[in-house]
Amino acid sequence: MTVLGIVGGALQAVLVLVGSPLLIGLMRQVRARLEGRAGAGIGQPWRDLRKLLAKERVNPRGTSEIFRITPPLLVATSLVVAVVAPFVTTASAIPPVADLFAVVALLAMGTATLALAGLDTGTAFGGMGASREMTIIALVEPTLLVSIFALSARVGSTNLADVVTSTLHDPARVLSPASLLAAVALVVLIIAETGRLPVDNPSTHLELTMIHEAMTLEYAGPDLALVELASAMRLSVFLGLLANLFLPWGIASTLGPVALLVGAVVLVIKVGLLGVVVAAAEVFTAKLRLFRVPELLAGSFLLSLLAVAVSFFLA
Amino acid sequence: MNLVQTALLTAGLVAVLSAVAAAAVPAPARSAVSGGGTALTGLAGLIAGIAALSGHIATVDAPDLLPLFGVSLAVDRLGGVFLAVTGGVAVTAGIYAVGYARRHGNSRLVSALLPVFVLSMLLVTVAAGVGTFLACWELMALASLLLVLTEHRRRAEVAEAGRWYAVMTHLGLIFILAGLMIAVAHAGGDSFAQLRSAAPQLSSTTAGVVFLLALIGFGSKAGILPLHAWLPRAHPEAPSHVSALMSAAMVNLGVYGILRIGLDLLGDRVPRYWWLVVLLLGALSAVYGILEAAMNTDLKQLLGYSTTENMGLVLIGVGAAGLFSAAGDRLLAGLALAAALLHVVNHAAFKSLLFLSAGSVLHATGTRDLDQLGGLRRGMPFTTAAFGWGGLAASALPPGTAFVSEWLLLQALIHGLNSAGVATTIVLPIAVAAIALTAGLAVATFIKAFGVGFLARPRSDAAAAARESPAPMLVGIGLAAVVCGVLAVAPTLVLPGLAPAVGELLGAGGPEISGLLTLRLDGITGSLSPLLLSLALLVAMVLAVVAVRAMAARAARRATRLWDCGAGPLSARMEYTATSFAEPLQRVFDNVVAPETDVDVSHHAESRYLVSAVAYRRRVHDRIEQRLYQPVLDAVQGWGRAARRLATGSVHQYLGYGFVALVALLIVLAVTR
Repeated sequence: MTVLGIVGGALQAVLVLVGSPLLIGLMRQVRARLEGRAGAGIGQPWRDLRKLLAKERVNPRGTSEIFRITPPLLVATSLVVAVVAPFVTTASAIPPVADLFAVVALLAMGTATLALAGLDTGTAFGGMGASREMTIIALVEPTLLVSIFALSARVGSTNLADVVTSTLHDPARVLSPASLLAAVALVVLIIAETGRLPVDNPSTHLELTMIHEAMTLEYAGPDLALVELASAMRLSVFLGLLANLFLPWGIASTLGPVALLVGAVVLVIKVGLLGVVVAAAEVFTAKLRLFRVPELLAGSFLLSLLAVAVSFFLA
Repeated sequence: MNLVQTALLTAGLVAVLSAVAAAAVPAPARSAVSGGGTALTGLAGLIAGIAALSGHIATVDAPDLLPLFGVSLAVDRLGGVFLAVTGGVAVTAGIYAVGYARRHGNSRLVSALLPVFVLSMLLVTVAAGVGTFLACWELMALASLLLVLTEHRRRAEVAEAGRWYAVMTHLGLIFILAGLMIAVAHAGGDSFAQLRSAAPQLSSTTAGVVFLLALIGFGSKAGILPLHAWLPRAHPEAPSHVSALMSAAMVNLGVYGILRIGLDLLGDRVPRYWWLVVLLLGALSAVYGILEAAMNTDLKQLLGYSTTENMGLVLIGVGAAGLFSAAGDRLLAGLALAAALLHVVNHAAFKSLLFLSAGSVLHATGTRDLDQLGGLRRGMPFTTAAFGWGGLAASALPPGTAFVSEWLLLQALIHGLNSAGVATTIVLPIAVAAIALTAGLAVATFIKAFGVGFLARPRSDAAAAARESPAPMLVGIGLAAVVCGVLAVAPTLVLPGLAPAVGELLGAGGPEISGLLTLRLDGITGSLSPLLLSLALLVAMVLAVVAVRAMAARAARRATRLWDCGAGPLSARMEYTATSFAEPLQRVFDNVVAPETDVDVSHHAESRYLVSAVAYRRRVHDRIEQRLYQPVLDAVQGWGRAARRLATGSVHQYLGYGFVALVALLIVLAVTR
């Protein structure tokens, strides 16, 4: 635990908390412009959140404590990852939590709780969303871990800060086949994990297609605000991880206002660019049928396995 | 007499006395005597195990106690780990049995057998000679078999499960016997010490054969593929405290046997590829076990399959330890073995918690079918919380118990990539992928079991009327839950205890795992702090709650209707069931599980365009069982039918058979000599 880690952790938390709804706003705006609409502006998600947070809190009949603790727990998992992972600085606020497995498992736990909340409502929609989400999570997990394996096997550590630092010191590694393959695999996974097209469509409420939205159907008011905020934070956290695992340059490794400022600005630019790319790609993509998603994930698994093989045989 | 000897002697005396007392006292007091005796036996075992781990080594030799080979016991650190685990499980199961056995199996025989079963398991871990070991092993098998059969009068499936178990466990015994006999013949003595000292002279082929035979025998006890068929039958059909004892304690002894023979008695004589086989079998069992569990809708059977999964994970660790040890990398071998042993401990904790909670559900509702349950949280809040906690512990999510041991296992595998040869390089990523797939499916499985079984609305009257179980059962469950909690946030308390056992087996100082707050792996970079992780999560959650409270218009919540599409109140029939929850996964793994689905559509008499009823039925068979066991069973049956033609009932003919056989034997002897 260093001063840099603590200052950086606080900065990261604020950045992710404030910035993630703006990222969603930016992505929606890009989509709107590409589709020929005017768009609601980048600040619209924050305006929605403000409106939701001021509303009355409701409690659907027949739901349990699980339903009520899920929204804060979801925000908490993303927040913890935002604090510990190397986004602005390489030093972590809590180093023994900044482990790739721990981070992945934390985010998975958020999803699992949301699935429980979906089942808890006892509605057909809740169950449907939970069932689909758990199917996808079960298939995403192996690929995710094998990609992590590929990334960390050569570094000799699964600690996020170690992986990022070693890439900083050895820039050629980014262009190695192993790293590129793992990056492609991770992009597919992040799309699946954050419920973007072509796996899930965040802007649909059609029972045939929805996954994430089906689980959150019963939430309203401040609870819904937390769920929306958490899913936005989740997206920023995943994009931030992707950016810093493969292109960590700009990240602050020393304590100082300039270094931290540069780190923060570079992170915003990197995540913003990734968001724009994802949004632009979504304009040209149609949603896959639910039972075609496993094929996509299997492809991604193959890539990650190849990444491991390559990282060993071409080493 | 040192602490270990005293504790073991106490365990033996308490077990025997309570068995006798349980058989003697009238029915109302029986479960209290038997359960209490079991718990005390377990406690003594736990103390002996912990004492052994902290360095008290003891031997007991009683050459005249049993004919031919006598009894020789020795407590070492490896035995101590399993002694402590078995004892711990027995404590919770024993207390639980006081409340549970009153309704579910209270006969003289069953009550007397419970402490004997625990004692036999304790003795298996401390046996120091082949004869003693096999005698205890068989006693354990017989006691557990009779306990499985407790409710055979009430349900026909129990008898079938018992038959499967009886056959499989004895086949296993034959393999173990054969393997150990070969080793004994080479060593010229029956004690483990003699086997150990004779091991360096063994050829690697002989060592391989001994290890393979032992692997088959012990693997069947641990429920490893393809010898798992008995496990998901026998474990669920036993009374729940016996299920807990079998699933959390007895299966571990299979792992113990593999470790004892492979790493201890045979030393480093076991060829490297056998460890590869162990690792692959482990990976296969883990994935297949959890896949079957994910499809299953029977609460206890699901837990049984999950046992196969977890033993698979343990064997991945054991196999990796063997591989690294053969490659000369003691550090990683120690790490992998420590991960395997930690998973044994963790699995024992959460599986006893889960089985005991499932027993509480069975006690309250009379059904294990998840599709008939639901809404239990209203009537049984304690059991619901306990099962939820156990499910979290089992699904490798923080802050759960299994998360720590799987993290440790993954660390060993990831760092192993650079240390061993090409075969290992190919196998390790696959093992990692298998662990990951297992973790993902385990989450789905336990979300299903908990979400469908305990949350939402009751799907049957029995579930709606469920009430909380009697106090002794809740105490047993609570104890297991507390242990799970301690293991989840403070594995650093347990790992230093396991390290000497690992060091003893691998002949080195043990894995370098230090730190009280943080799990730090010395020698390789890796650290994890489950405690800090949980704390950070808690703090972040409190912050989120406080922030929302501050911003919300009113503190109180208003109760509202669920969204029902404007179609009136939702009924329990509109809910997702366990079957429907698993349907997408079943489709994805269609080729592996090959489910059998029947859809019957009946039409109205007036028009075939009008549907009057649709019946849908899905059955997921254990495919390995169908493909592998059924042909063997059919062949045996066919052979039996053919042989029946010889048995005509005529004494003359039988005497003729005897005459022919004798002459044939003499001719063979004359030719060969």
